[in-house]
Amino acid sequence: MSPRRDHPGASYYGKPVINPPVWEEREIAGYLFLGGLAGSSSILAAGADLTGRHRLARRSRLCASGAIGLSLLALIKDLGRPLRFINMLRTFKITSPMSVGTWIVSAYASMNFAATGSELTGVLPLVGRAAGVGAGLTGAGVATYTAALIADTAVPAWHEGYREMPFLFAGSASSAGAGFGLVAAPLAENAPAQRMAVAGAVVELAAEQLLERRLGMVAETMHEGTAGRRLRAAKALTALGAVGAATLGRRNRLAAAASGAALVAGSALTRFGIFAAGMTSARDPKYTVEPQRRRLEQSGAAQVPA
Amino acid sequence: MSDDGGLLNVMLRGGDPATAAGWEDHPPRMGFFTDTSVCIGCKACEVACKEWNGVPEDGLDWTGMSHDNSGGLGADTWRHVAFIEQRAPIGSHQSNFQREDDSFRWLMSSDVCKHCTHAACLDVCPTGAIFRTEFGTVVVQADVCNGCGYCVPACPYGVLDKREDDGRIFKCTLCYDRLEVGQEPACAKACPTDSIQFGELEGLRERAGGRVQQLHEAGVTEARLYGHDASNGVGGDGAFFLLLDEPEVYGLPPDPVVTTRDLPAMWRRVGVAAGAMLAGAVASFVASAGR
Repeated sequence: MSPRRDHPGASYYGKPVINPPVWEEREIAGYLFLGGLAGSSSILAAGADLTGRHRLARRSRLCASGAIGLSLLALIKDLGRPLRFINMLRTFKITSPMSVGTWIVSAYASMNFAATGSELTGVLPLVGRAAGVGAGLTGAGVATYTAALIADTAVPAWHEGYREMPFLFAGSASSAGAGFGLVAAPLAENAPAQRMAVAGAVVELAAEQLLERRLGMVAETMHEGTAGRRLRAAKALTALGAVGAATLGRRNRLAAAASGAALVAGSALTRFGIFAAGMTSARDPKYTVEPQRRRLEQSGAAQVPA
Repeated sequence: MSDDGGLLNVMLRGGDPATAAGWEDHPPRMGFFTDTSVCIGCKACEVACKEWNGVPEDGLDWTGMSHDNSGGLGADTWRHVAFIEQRAPIGSHQSNFQREDDSFRWLMSSDVCKHCTHAACLDVCPTGAIFRTEFGTVVVQADVCNGCGYCVPACPYGVLDKREDDGRIFKCTLCYDRLEVGQEPACAKACPTDSIQFGELEGLRERAGGRVQQLHEAGVTEARLYGHDASNGVGGDGAFFLLLDEPEVYGLPPDPVVTTRDLPAMWRRVGVAAGAMLAGAVASFVASAGR
């Protein structure tokens, strides 16, 4: 005789199956956004530097240094033992996106600070320019590795989206960095930022659609509650910013800046929305149990000996 | 390249985890078989664990969850006894409390770290604080851990957690210190019904197979093993269970998978996405030439 289920939805008093992340939202969701903003700002700065768009280069570089500086502070503050942050550098593990990311961010931040220092002081201009190119190249890593960072967990809304998340983050980072470029650069220099902004926004919106489709029932966590509100606002701002940048971005300084600001805000809301969706999916056991149960049934391994 | 066996564990499916971690001439893999059919919910395991390992109190709360007042595994709860009350008969057993129209059974199960063959916590730990012992178990080194918290959501079983007033992450060590001197872990030592059995994993698996057969023959057809299979999503658990209902009823995941199984695919996609980002930027500058 098979026992009756006395726990609706078959969970243990509704307690989570996995232990939810202990990361603070402001620090870690904030870092997902700032790291993306920094990385793509460095790419834009390097390109602007090499093509003689000096105001765009300087302002994007400053933005990148500010964003990565804040990121480092947030990441260290979020550690349970902040003074032990240096332990991150005692090993390198390809199996740990946080370890890989630590080394990428360390290399990136050093080059970016060197390029910014050279820019501001005029010291060693060639070295500064080379460091700026290095920061641009590693910046792409900084902007995208964070997708693997959150996907490489048992958090359903993050892990199940591992195929789309890197593209979502690449798009979101590009639209943030280019959005800042539209805010900061004069019309005469903002053409590449305008193109990058539109392309980034399109990739961000498309990848998010694919991600939601992939997640199945777990996509509820992206539609409901705080995460739902943030992601809806993010989509609206990103779409608005992209249309604004595409139509008025090269004609009107004010419209370009407003579009850019909308894109930066949209990117931030996307990251905070993804973070919140992950937390919801970790806290409610049904998002862990139901997809696993379905997987077992599909593989024919459903066992209940009867 | 890491020397703690994380990468090797991902690459070498199956096999002995201590060997994969680089241990030579190591003792056999040790583990737990927790037979919940004889658990009486005395919580001696929880108490013995706390006493031996100096684990702080985990909150003196009344949860309203039957006789469970420790809630679940965490930084300060390394053994957790689950209590599930069900309107269901107890196999073919007739108890004084049981009437035909009002059958009742009480499931009790002592949960613990699974000491996975492919341990996600160990793989993702960025400092190397989490390592594989010569007994094939997984241990957090408190003097290295910096409390980054990555292992917490990486674990598919919800075992590790942060001790808030300390900042670091703690979990069951399978009493590493006791194993090193030939003693059994405190929880197994204290268990009065041998619900918690400690020993060489190979032997425990054989014994568990026999126990399931015995229960089936006695009419307890719902008895099943959980975590014993070396082909499961974590390569087999160093601590496995005999359960009397679906895993999720006990708060266990029905089909856990080590998250790092998909990490190679994640890195490939991160590489493509980063390349696309750079290519998109280059294209933006090329298309803007002269403007």
